[in-house]
Amino acid sequence: MDAVAYLQLVFWAMFVNNFVLAQFLGICPFLGVSRKVDSALGMAAAVIFVMVLASVITFLLYGAVLVPLSLQYLQTILFILVIAALVQFVEMAIRKFSPSLFQALGIYLPLITTNCAVLGASLLAIKKEFDFMEALVFSLGSALGFGMVLVLFAAIRERLALLRDTPRAFRGMPIALLTAGILSLAFLGFSGIVKV
Amino acid sequence: MSERTALQELGKGVWAENPLLVMVLGMCPSLAVTTTLANGLGMGAAVIFVLTCSNVVISMLRRVIPSAVRIPAFIVVIASFVTMVDLVMEGFLPDLHRSLGVFIPLIVVNCIILARAEAFASKNSVWKSALDGIGMGVGFTLAITVLGGIRELLGNGTLLGMPVLGRGFQAHAALVMILPPGGFLTLGLLMAAMQARKGR
Repeated sequence: MDAVAYLQLVFWAMFVNNFVLAQFLGICPFLGVSRKVDSALGMAAAVIFVMVLASVITFLLYGAVLVPLSLQYLQTILFILVIAALVQFVEMAIRKFSPSLFQALGIYLPLITTNCAVLGASLLAIKKEFDFMEALVFSLGSALGFGMVLVLFAAIRERLALLRDTPRAFRGMPIALLTAGILSLAFLGFSGIVKV
Repeated sequence: MSERTALQELGKGVWAENPLLVMVLGMCPSLAVTTTLANGLGMGAAVIFVLTCSNVVISMLRRVIPSAVRIPAFIVVIASFVTMVDLVMEGFLPDLHRSLGVFIPLIVVNCIILARAEAFASKNSVWKSALDGIGMGVGFTLAITVLGGIRELLGNGTLLGMPVLGRGFQAHAALVMILPPGGFLTLGLLMAAMQARKGR
């Protein structure tokens, strides 16, 4: 694959096949931590970091351990354990080396273990039979797409919270979901631009 | 807090504490796989099985697992049952397995299951945890079945693959309903309807 193909893969993962709006991965943090742009930025940074790292490690483990031992059926258990351990490790490392970064990201890190986007990226890279570079680029693009949509959505919701005339039945989650639906409709416009 | 009877324990998940519509847990699979009624039912059955089994096992082990490592321990129990479902479904229902795709292994990180393990099964008896698992599972299944039914009906004019609304509708079906935006919109409206009923 050449550079253009990698760029296409990033574009595809970010826009055409966005994790949140087209594949429904990572909806919980998408709805849960999108009330403020600040917290959305923190979560986005934490997810991008963990997702890329987790995809690389699970990809290598799959190829180097599970396939030679023909234990592929253990992938779900192994991957989730790797992600849980990795999150714990990253949390300890950040706390030791950068207390200020820990202050900013600390509360989001534990939530990432159960963010299905992270496990989803690992599983999809195996399922689509990517090679190592493709898996790396795919996870990077997906993570960037997740972060972008999260921040975008948080900015919309900050304004939405200022509205006074939202009908009572729609307050809170329903109006957020309808907004996400419209955002997803907008992203449908990207479909078919790049094929991977 | 007064003791709940067995029936209340079973029933709370279906309506008052419905995991999807009231507690807003387990959003990803609910939106992703509900393009048809059959997918909703299949996903629901898988979740009922995993939720009930993991609740029972975690409740049995609740005095053995040290609380510092309880979350990883819960996840391993849940992942084992999910792997079972994955393999059984792949063997016996290959079509369903293909259309649910990556969302079967992703049941591991379905927040409903971990939430029930943490909030209920790790504190209650085996019998109660089993009832809680079944009730919550059924509530989730009902919610995603309704969601899948609405989306399939409007987006394709069929229910369980059988034409319901006639040829004329099918030719001009609202395709957007089975595309991703339809999932967000349908669930948003469904939740608004729940809130409107409660507010009265």
